[in-house]
Amino acid sequence: MLQTFLNVWRLGIKELRGLLRDPLLIGLIIYAFTLGVYISSTATPDTLNRTTIAIVDEDNSQLSGRLTDAFLPPYFVKPEPLKLHEIDNALDRGTYTFVIVIPRNFQRDVIYGRATDIQLNVDATRMSQAFIGNGHIQQIIQQEIQKYYHASSPPAASVVVRNRFNPNLTRAWFGSVVQLIDDITMLAIILTGAALIRERENGTLEHLLVMPVTAFEIMLSKVWSMALIVLLATGISLFVVIKEILGVPIEGSAGLFFVGVALHLFAVTSLGIFLACIARNMPQLGIMIILILIPMQLLSGGVTPRESMPQLVQFVMQAAPTTHLVEFSQAILYRGAGLRVAAVSFAKLFIIGAVLFFVSLVRFRKTMVQS
Amino acid sequence: MKPLPREKENRSAVCFRHLSYRYGKTQALKDVSFTLAPQKLVGLIGPDGVGKSTLLSLISGARAIQKGDLFVLGGNLRSIAHRQKVCPRIAYMPQGLGKNLYFTLTVEENLQFFARLFGHDAAERRRRIDHLTKSTGLYPFLDRPAGKLSGGMKQKLGLCCALIHDPDLLILDEPTTGVDPLARRQFWDLIDRIRNERKNMSVIVATAYMDEAQRFDQLIAMDGGLILATGTPQELLAKTQQKNLDAAFIQLLPESKRQDHHTLVVPPLPDSADNEIAIKATGLTKRFGKFTAVDHVSFEIPRGEIFGFLGSNGCGKTTTMRMLTGLLPVTEGNAEIFGVKADHNTMASRLNLGYMTQSFSLYGELTVRQNLELYAHLYRIPADQVSGRVDEMLQRFQLQEVSGVYPKSLPLGIKQRLSLAAAVIHHPRLLILDEPTSGVDPVARDTFWELIIELSRRDKVTIFITTHFMNEAERCDRVSLMHQGRSLACDTPVHLVKARQARDLEEAFISFLEEASGTSGDTAMQENIPVKAEIPPKTPWWHFFAGYFNIRRWYSCMWRETLELARDPIRATLALFGAMLLMAVTGYGISMDVENLRYAVWDNDHSELSIDYANNIAGSRYFIEHPPIINYQDIDRRMSSGELSLVVEIPPDFGQKLEHGLQPEIAFWVDGAMPMRAETINGYVSMLHQEWLQNFAKYKLPLAPGGTSVAIQVRYHYNPDVRSLPAMVPAVIPLLLLMIPAVLAALAVVREKENGSIINLYVTPLTRLEFLLGKQCPYVIFATFSGILQILMAVFVFDVPVKGSVPFLLFSILIYSILATGMGLLASSVTRSQIAVIFLTMLGTILPASQLCGLITPVRAQNPLAQTIAAFYPTTYMLLICRGVFNKSLGFAELFRFLLPMLVMVPCFVVFGVSLLKKQES
Repeated sequence: MLQTFLNVWRLGIKELRGLLRDPLLIGLIIYAFTLGVYISSTATPDTLNRTTIAIVDEDNSQLSGRLTDAFLPPYFVKPEPLKLHEIDNALDRGTYTFVIVIPRNFQRDVIYGRATDIQLNVDATRMSQAFIGNGHIQQIIQQEIQKYYHASSPPAASVVVRNRFNPNLTRAWFGSVVQLIDDITMLAIILTGAALIRERENGTLEHLLVMPVTAFEIMLSKVWSMALIVLLATGISLFVVIKEILGVPIEGSAGLFFVGVALHLFAVTSLGIFLACIARNMPQLGIMIILILIPMQLLSGGVTPRESMPQLVQFVMQAAPTTHLVEFSQAILYRGAGLRVAAVSFAKLFIIGAVLFFVSLVRFRKTMVQS
Repeated sequence: MKPLPREKENRSAVCFRHLSYRYGKTQALKDVSFTLAPQKLVGLIGPDGVGKSTLLSLISGARAIQKGDLFVLGGNLRSIAHRQKVCPRIAYMPQGLGKNLYFTLTVEENLQFFARLFGHDAAERRRRIDHLTKSTGLYPFLDRPAGKLSGGMKQKLGLCCALIHDPDLLILDEPTTGVDPLARRQFWDLIDRIRNERKNMSVIVATAYMDEAQRFDQLIAMDGGLILATGTPQELLAKTQQKNLDAAFIQLLPESKRQDHHTLVVPPLPDSADNEIAIKATGLTKRFGKFTAVDHVSFEIPRGEIFGFLGSNGCGKTTTMRMLTGLLPVTEGNAEIFGVKADHNTMASRLNLGYMTQSFSLYGELTVRQNLELYAHLYRIPADQVSGRVDEMLQRFQLQEVSGVYPKSLPLGIKQRLSLAAAVIHHPRLLILDEPTSGVDPVARDTFWELIIELSRRDKVTIFITTHFMNEAERCDRVSLMHQGRSLACDTPVHLVKARQARDLEEAFISFLEEASGTSGDTAMQENIPVKAEIPPKTPWWHFFAGYFNIRRWYSCMWRETLELARDPIRATLALFGAMLLMAVTGYGISMDVENLRYAVWDNDHSELSIDYANNIAGSRYFIEHPPIINYQDIDRRMSSGELSLVVEIPPDFGQKLEHGLQPEIAFWVDGAMPMRAETINGYVSMLHQEWLQNFAKYKLPLAPGGTSVAIQVRYHYNPDVRSLPAMVPAVIPLLLLMIPAVLAALAVVREKENGSIINLYVTPLTRLEFLLGKQCPYVIFATFSGILQILMAVFVFDVPVKGSVPFLLFSILIYSILATGMGLLASSVTRSQIAVIFLTMLGTILPASQLCGLITPVRAQNPLAQTIAAFYPTTYMLLICRGVFNKSLGFAELFRFLLPMLVMVPCFVVFGVSLLKKQES
């Protein structure tokens, strides 16, 4: 027992020393967890930011002028005037996401209460901006018309929206943590998986297997050492970049968050080892990592909400560690949830990790000796 | 600089003046000067790590010169033009087992690759390959992958690859290390014959075999980065007054290095009463598929014996050892170590075993001392004794000076000593050593044998050892001769020599082998196909830039890379179908429609109107209603657990106030943890609210005129049904086409760096441009094919039609594939390890391509920094082209302006890639 512990410790130290010998890799890790997180969370704006819009104003009235002025930065780029026949071309070129057409005699029709309509052209290939902006634009138009017409009488009932946990819906709050999660997962899988394949290719692993060292010890040493590196990077990223530089408030207990990340790391490093047991060389491993990583990133709930995905996807993604990490990070960091809420995610992560670890353990000796 | 006497340099084969070289703190060469006459066979001798390999790699042009001048074949190697000119006339075989070979390729393919590089036509290649392989005994193995060859056969193949183009200067760095005596004899005969036919050829060899050195025209003895003595073997013998070169070599060393050297005496194995058997093998057999590597081998080794395992290369020695260590399962028969079955060994029995593999298998990223410490700990040496034991080993194997050095930069001989030290550090009862002295200098070899003898005789350690040195075999108590998986004879060396009536063990060994293989070594030699005088391949007139780019060499490089890809069908299949799988996942999985949002109502009014208001939300397809809210704590609890994304709070007296025009206020509590979802919810609820208000107004004041009559007609262009799939599928193609080809191309180069075969770029006429383009080409074709599959999948599986110009899309995909693989090559040129390059490529592709290039958020909506990155990133343009062709029915005229930046990037990537790659080791 003590011997096992010592072996795991020694071999882990060896891993750490090996990592320190690769300055470029260290540089990349630092970049990913600091500048990388910063760029990605600040570059992608809040959804309605600098939305490109053009207005075809056939009316040239006071009302149409008011409508044009209602689209304000930072949500919208100042609307540009356009001619009717230019619409298709402009949308083809992708210059604008929205083109509003205000028909002739619009103001007069509104005043006299005649039926009239405004045309809103949307470039539907523009994904989220198109879908979300659409609602906002309609609302703005209706409000302006209301204001113009009933300048004196306010609407029958008003609305107040209280966005909890992120009052201004600042993208960076969530984006930075999602990016951090992606980095954690990517790094942990690559570090363990690729390191194992390299040891196999260099013959060092085979040598270890002749020695009084078990596969369990070799695997566990990789898990703890690589998890430690990633955990350290996560700490720097969370406290320095996310909290201090990006100014994201952390509601819940950071300690609890790190416990969860550690469990997640157990699961993904085991996944790395598992992949290394399947892949026969580094290029195969590289492709496998992409094939695993991309769906994990896209479908874990970090990019689009999980509840909107097909049932089957939701079910399958229960097996992905990132799903649970995204879930409890949101709960702990923003909603200030405690262990009671996070416990389920923690338990699932542990089960995923244990299964992967065990399956790899069974296959380890057989796959790691080259014949 | 004063003008040098050119005459001498021009006539000599190699001439170096004041040549110095240092690795960090270690001075490998100290201001050495020497001139080698042409047409000579020159030998470099000296202990390990005295600068022999450094000197050879400098002469070959593989390593950049630091200080001094080096003239090779009539010109200074400092001049790039000269290097390019003489490169095809030099052949270099680096140290180590098959360092310059491609292990997944067969023997034939390896040779074809090198022959193509030097521009021979098909018939000529065939002739040369057959000739060389017949002479070296590789002919029957033409179809075997190089990685499956035994160590010695790899050496032979390496030599064949070096000789294939009739060089004028042949540089061999310990070429016969690990080669069996028969093959070694054939090898030198071959060199002699080639020298006879090609009088102009000069050969420089570094060797640890002094019997080989005997036949050289001139010897250079080196030590500590200096030249100690030069002259013919006879001159050296005379100078040192010794009878043989081994002794002369030792005599030449400085006093400090030879002080404890003395002639070895092996005390006879004492007849001990206890006849404990250390290793017992009965009918041991190993088959790999149809191939029988070890065929019913039996032996019994008593405790304390030194058992020598001899045999030709590839005869199954290593396989037998791997079975004894328990690494390989036994197919048939039985092997027992101290009475325990080898493949059922326990931790305790592993403690009894010390093992040394043929190729270096310690950690390159740990220092010599750290390696030994790790092994000491893993072999359960008590912590307080580790330091002492490590010191003892360092001293015993003369490693003190390099204890803080990383093994990667150490010469082969010193690495071997380190491996040995690691194998004996725990005083095992059984040592299994696979060619432990290959590449080790004579003095160190004797020191090592001293230890072996001491271990065996004093500590009764059983030694199971393979070697190609016959003087070492003579020291064994018994030797077994293996050939093609079978044991030919097993007896004491003296008996074996007697049985064959041979002069010495080497002769006996060769006669056994010749008998077994049915041919004598000389018959192979007699198959004397004359080597034609070399006709240098003519440079066609259109090769005006032949110095930088030669179609033949490029093709050779591409052909080799394609073969390697073809040898690994799993990789290609995984990449192709993986991309399609990812497309399915992203196509179905990513949905921009936000639906199934969980919400609850907190109705404080319970009037008709408030219920109507709540029902209006419940009727929306976006929301799923959960049990109502009771109080504020309830909101807190259920929102922080993530159960609810929205809470609708209807104030008391909502209905009454509304009726009286008192403008009641409804509060929406939205979970803002995920801003994108929150914004969508905001949009939904404000639309629902407006809708309800309009209905309320109509019901209240049916006749009132007003703005409510303005309808907003929304026209969704390109995707009228506003489905995610048609918008998403074309957009993920550029993403998928980027990552996999980039990672594959990047690994293709860095793997060569890690395996050492990058040396072929350094020492052959292959230019960097040919190398990179050759590597890139198969992956470009592969990526384009993958792109076509993805288009087909989009059309036929996802039902997203291509509305615009298909030829334009295909052409763009081709260009984009070039860029994607180009990015991989860029990443590879700045990294050394495979781990780092995978990480770099993924960081460099996934983040920018999925977040900054307009996949989800339009580029123009981003901040200036992100916009700038996007402007220089090809995915930005490919995304526009894909959407343009798929969704917007556009073609060349409208989209060419997006293709143009990509076309401009192609040469930029190539220039960058070439300039970042190094043509010499520094």
